[in-house]
Amino acid sequence: MSSLPLRRASAIAIACAAAAALAACSPPAEDSGGGETTSGTGTNAASATSAQDFGGMDKLVQAAKKEGQLNVIALPPDWANYGAIIKGFRDTYGIAVNSDQPDASSADEITTAQRLKGQSKAPDVFDLGASVAAANTAMFAAYKVATFDEIPAALKDPNGTWVNDYGGYMSIGYDADKVPALTSVEDLLGPEYKGKVALNGDPTKAGAAFAGVQMVSVSQGGTVEDISKGVDFFAKLKDAGNFLPVDPTPATIESGQTPVVIDWDYLNVAQGVKLRGNITWETFVPGNAAVGGYYVQAINKDAPHPAAARLWQEYLFSDAGQNLWLEGGARPVRLDAMTEAGTANGAAAAKLPKVSGTPVIPTEEQNAKAKDYLAKNWANAVG
Amino acid sequence: MPRPRTTWPRTGQTPLDDRRHPRARRRRRPSGALLGVVPFFAYTTVFLVIPTLVVVVGAFTSGAGVTLGNVEALTQPAVLAALQHSVVLSAVTAAGGAVIGAVLAYAVSTGRGGGVMTRFVTSLCGVLAQFGGVALAFAFLASFGATGFLTTWLARIGVDTGPGLWLYEWDKGLMLVYLYFQVPLMLIVFLPAVEGLRPQWREATETLGGSTWVYWRRVAAPILLPSFVGAMLLLFTNAFSAYATAAALVSQGSPLLPLAIGNTLTSEVILGQENVGKAMALAMVVVVAIVMGLYAVLDRRASKWLTP
Repeated sequence: MSSLPLRRASAIAIACAAAAALAACSPPAEDSGGGETTSGTGTNAASATSAQDFGGMDKLVQAAKKEGQLNVIALPPDWANYGAIIKGFRDTYGIAVNSDQPDASSADEITTAQRLKGQSKAPDVFDLGASVAAANTAMFAAYKVATFDEIPAALKDPNGTWVNDYGGYMSIGYDADKVPALTSVEDLLGPEYKGKVALNGDPTKAGAAFAGVQMVSVSQGGTVEDISKGVDFFAKLKDAGNFLPVDPTPATIESGQTPVVIDWDYLNVAQGVKLRGNITWETFVPGNAAVGGYYVQAINKDAPHPAAARLWQEYLFSDAGQNLWLEGGARPVRLDAMTEAGTANGAAAAKLPKVSGTPVIPTEEQNAKAKDYLAKNWANAVG
Repeated sequence: MPRPRTTWPRTGQTPLDDRRHPRARRRRRPSGALLGVVPFFAYTTVFLVIPTLVVVVGAFTSGAGVTLGNVEALTQPAVLAALQHSVVLSAVTAAGGAVIGAVLAYAVSTGRGGGVMTRFVTSLCGVLAQFGGVALAFAFLASFGATGFLTTWLARIGVDTGPGLWLYEWDKGLMLVYLYFQVPLMLIVFLPAVEGLRPQWREATETLGGSTWVYWRRVAAPILLPSFVGAMLLLFTNAFSAYATAAALVSQGSPLLPLAIGNTLTSEVILGQENVGKAMALAMVVVVAIVMGLYAVLDRRASKWLTP
């Protein structure tokens, strides 16, 4: 199975209001690890909630350089341009970045942090699917980056416990040499697509696939909350013999096993760039069915390098960091503000797939209802 | 297969113990023998007892305490369907594998003893019986998948086999793939029993005027039945618990119970289902227990039949 679909669980996702509530009721975990670094003003780095607490950005950089290291986890170098981002951070600040388990899943990030709690190898920062993040907010340290105000209110926790970092829209990627160009979701039912349409994972398991069913639901006149029309469409796709129950990976796309893949647009776009010259891989976001999802950035409360973790956040949400995501085909959370200010990389922004209609970003409550329906009906629809 | 009679080893008793407790002598387990089984018990504790306890305890608890909710979740249609699919898949491939494997085993046993062909077939089956998992799934994908070499080769000579979606269906492709390791396994475990049939028994039957049918019906079948049923049970559990092969081929809908359990542990969408997964594992334990119980009954009957 591919690392990609597993790693990227949904940007969307879960409600977990219940899980969050549970976490809130549990006794506070003791504060071990980290916390040794102090800023110039004597503030404990592990409790700093902004660069001001260090005495300004220069002092934060100083404290982070003193720590000299940053532990990141589950960041594949070919995922949303993370390879370039890690290199950029290292070159800018001279801080070593230890990238652990690049292909791990969001859930693995949390279990690794719990397992290594108090040790110097524990992850400092997380990049999580929304569902896993919502269930584990008790493990995060609140921190507001300098550009915090430019992040839309719906895409962050008001205290900065978690912040959406980058995201995209659900799209359909296809091999233009093997299938006719797509103009709508209904096209997929045609005989030209027989045995060719794959979804990036099982939607009861992988977030990207879950969002894919929501997108199809919206395109069929349903909503992201009531996804029965989406599930019905996949049942029709299956009856027509068009649904291909194969987990797509870069390898299956390159070999031609999965000529049509429903996945995040930034993954499909990145795929197209990678395969240029071999395969013409096009990315299509269906009209009036833009379903978006964002990943979540958070600092480990028990980070062994608390100052470096905070500096990493400052870098990610700076113009430089946001533009690197943009160049990777993802939509950084400050894109609108940066476009307005003229600081966004225009060429990269122009390459993003066109989106029409009002984009929908599902809420946790909407996702909860959709999941409930999916758990009961998905196996039946495609089994 | 002949079952060895349990005997008490006579070594390891210390004279001191005998003198002090002359009456307890027969009931005491010899310490030397006990020492010998320590690794076995340690092994079963770590790899069987503790995991089983984790499953049983997990099936009846949740974060909040003791609950029957996990077990109730087993009545969901999707879980029931997965259980049914698993049982059907295992039963069909066990029966099919047992019949085909038994015939092959007989064919091999009639060959010249120690001949090249016999040795070749048995070693080949030894390899194939263990050739499950991702490697086997890949072999089938590379042959029958949409870009598999057989598919493309047939397409080149003008035979369109379609996209080959049957390969990913639990009741088509998966059955075929499972048979691929079930048949060789049957041959290996059943061959010793078939080789135990002595030509003299057949001659004796013929001398007494029995036909081939009578020989098979009254002599060979009763002798082979316990090993046949035992081997079929092994095949059933082999298929019932297989995970990697199915996981590598089937990526949608979790149609089998092991896949459904895997889903509860790794899902990034539906969280907090781990203990429902343990309840499903408990259901699998129950199914295997029922099958083993049936086997015990059959075995006792067969043994009674055999003893004069």
